[in-house]
Amino acid sequence: MSVALEEGVQLCGFALRGPVINGSGTFDALAAVRAFGEEVLEDFPFSAYVSKTITVEPRAGNPPPRLWEVAAGLINSIGLPNKGLEGFLAEDLPRLATLRAPLVVSVMGRSPRELAELAGRVGEREEVAMIELNVSCPNVETGLVMGADPVETARAVEAVRAACDTPLIVKLTPNATDPPAVAAAADSAGADALSLVNTLKGMALDPVTGRAWLGGGTGGVSGPAVRAVALQQVYAVSRATALPVIGMGGITSGRDAADFLAAGATCVGVGTESFRDPAAGRRIGRELAAIRAKSGDFRWSEP
Amino acid sequence: MSEWGGRAAPQGSVADPPESRRTRAPFGRRLAQVETAGDLGAYRVIRASDPGGPAAPRPGQFYMLAAGAGWGAGQDERPYLPRAFSFARVELGPTGPVLSFVLEDVGPGTERLGRLEPGDALWLAGPFGLGFSVPAGEESATRALLVGGGIGLAPILALADELGPRANTLLGFRSGAHAEGSTLFRAEATALATDDGSRGRRALVTELLGEELGRETGAEVFACGPAPMLAAVRDLCAEHEVRAELALESGMACGFGACFGCVVPTRSGYVRLCLDGPVLDASTLEGTFGGPPAAP
Repeated sequence: MSVALEEGVQLCGFALRGPVINGSGTFDALAAVRAFGEEVLEDFPFSAYVSKTITVEPRAGNPPPRLWEVAAGLINSIGLPNKGLEGFLAEDLPRLATLRAPLVVSVMGRSPRELAELAGRVGEREEVAMIELNVSCPNVETGLVMGADPVETARAVEAVRAACDTPLIVKLTPNATDPPAVAAAADSAGADALSLVNTLKGMALDPVTGRAWLGGGTGGVSGPAVRAVALQQVYAVSRATALPVIGMGGITSGRDAADFLAAGATCVGVGTESFRDPAAGRRIGRELAAIRAKSGDFRWSEP
Repeated sequence: MSEWGGRAAPQGSVADPPESRRTRAPFGRRLAQVETAGDLGAYRVIRASDPGGPAAPRPGQFYMLAAGAGWGAGQDERPYLPRAFSFARVELGPTGPVLSFVLEDVGPGTERLGRLEPGDALWLAGPFGLGFSVPAGEESATRALLVGGGIGLAPILALADELGPRANTLLGFRSGAHAEGSTLFRAEATALATDDGSRGRRALVTELLGEELGRETGAEVFACGPAPMLAAVRDLCAEHEVRAELALESGMACGFGACFGCVVPTRSGYVRLCLDGPVLDASTLEGTFGGPPAAP
C-alpha cells in the first residue's frame, strides 16, 4: 500500500509540511524526549509545535486532583503550571528551538501590560515563529474574561500587536456568547490567525461527598465529547473572518480532521487524543493524507 | 517543618541517578496480545506479549493500558483514557517480552481490563517513569527490604524477581483473598501479614518492617502500597536512618509528561509522577501524600 504524502499548508507565512499541529498544553516535547528518546524528534508528530502557555510569573498550577474522566473525554483543572517568562526563555526556549517544526509560543497575561511584556520578550527571540495568545483568563483590571468579550479581546490583541511584529494566533474560548463576534474583534485588532476551541467549562462532583472533585473547583472539558460543538464554532468563525483558522476539539482520526478542514479550518490541532496515543498526531496526519488522496477535499455545504 | 524534615539524610547506599532508572519507551502506543488471564484470589493477573517493547523495563516503571476493543463501552460510556499499571513481572517469550499486570476491579477501566481473555488485543504504551534504583550488591552488608501493600505488590514482585534470593520481601494484605497475591513470590523469602490474620501474621506490614529495621545490619527499603502505608514506611525509615524509595500512585491521563494531571506535592514543589516518579525518594515527601485518586 502506498502512503499518501501530507499536503503542505501555509500558516502566517510559514510553510508547514502538513496541517496537523498540537493543542497547547497537550504535548510536552521536552518531556516526550525524556520518555521516548530522540525518536520523537526524528519523526515529530506535528508540523508546528505549540508550547504550553507561559505567564510572566512562575505558576505551580492548581492543587490535585486535576483530572476527571467523563464520557468520551476528560475535565482538567491543571491551572497553567509553568516556569514563568524568565525560566522559559532561559531553560526551555533554546531546547524547543531544536525541534524540526516552527515554534509557536503560547502566552497568557492578566492585563494588557503583562501581555505587552510577554509579547515583547518572546517576540524578539528569533527561535519563535509565532505567538499564540491564550485569552481564557480574566483581565485583573476589569474582571472580565478576555476571550468572552469582543472589546476585551481586541484590547488584548492590540497590546500584543503593539509589542512585537511576530505573527499572532488568537486562541479563542468556546465559553463566549458569540465566538464569531470575538473572532471578528481579534481580526480587526490585528490577529493573523485564530485557533479554536479551547476547553469548555465543566465540573465534576466527588461521588462520595458531593463536593467539587477538581482542585481548581471547575475545569475544562476536552476530547470527543466536545467535537460537535467545536466543529460548529470552527464553521461559524471561519465564515466571520478571512483569517486562517486552526480547528480543534476532540479530533481523534483523519476523518475528524477532514471534517474540521471542510468546516473552514486551514490547520487542525490534536490535543487530548495524544494522551491516549502519544503518536496520535502522526497517525492522524497520515490518515488525513490518505483520505484526501482517495476522495479529495470536500467543503462544507448546505444540507 | 516536620521533625523528619530536620533530620540528617539517612545513611546507606545512594540512589541511582534518575535517568538511569528509566528504560525508554518506543514512541506511540502499540498492540500487545493477552497470553493468559486468570484470577488470583481478589486479583486478576494478565500476561501480555509485547514484541514491540523493550525487554528490560526497570522495576517500578509502568505502562498505560487500554483494551483493544470495547474501551468506552462501559458504565457512563467509559473508560476513555488508558490506565496506568506497574508491570509485575517481565519474562522473555518466543516473540519478545511478556509482561504481567495485576488488576483489581475498582472502576470501568479495571473492570474492562479484567475481562480480557487470551488472544485479546491490548493497547499498550511504555514503559514510563523512573523505576527503583538497583539495590546494593551482594558484597554489601546492606539488606534490600521490599515492602508491598495490597496491589502495590506489583512493582515489588518485579524487583524481587531481579534480586532473586537476596530479596527480603514483606507483604501486607486486607484479607486472605488478597493475600493470594503473595503466591507470585518465592515463599521462602517472603513474610506475610493480613489485617484479619487469615494468612500470615495478624499485623500491618509496617509492623514487620519495624522489626526488620530494628536489627543491627544496614538496610535499604523499596516500597509500594496505599498512601498511608507509604507514609508510615517513610516515617519508620527516617527513624532508623534508612534510605527508602517509594512507588506512588496517581490518576493519570497520558503517562508521558504531557498533561500535568498526576502531580504530587514534594519538598521541591509539584512533580509529575509519570515523568519524575512513580518511584520517589521518601525523603522528598512530607505530610500525608499520594497522588490524586483516579476518578472511580
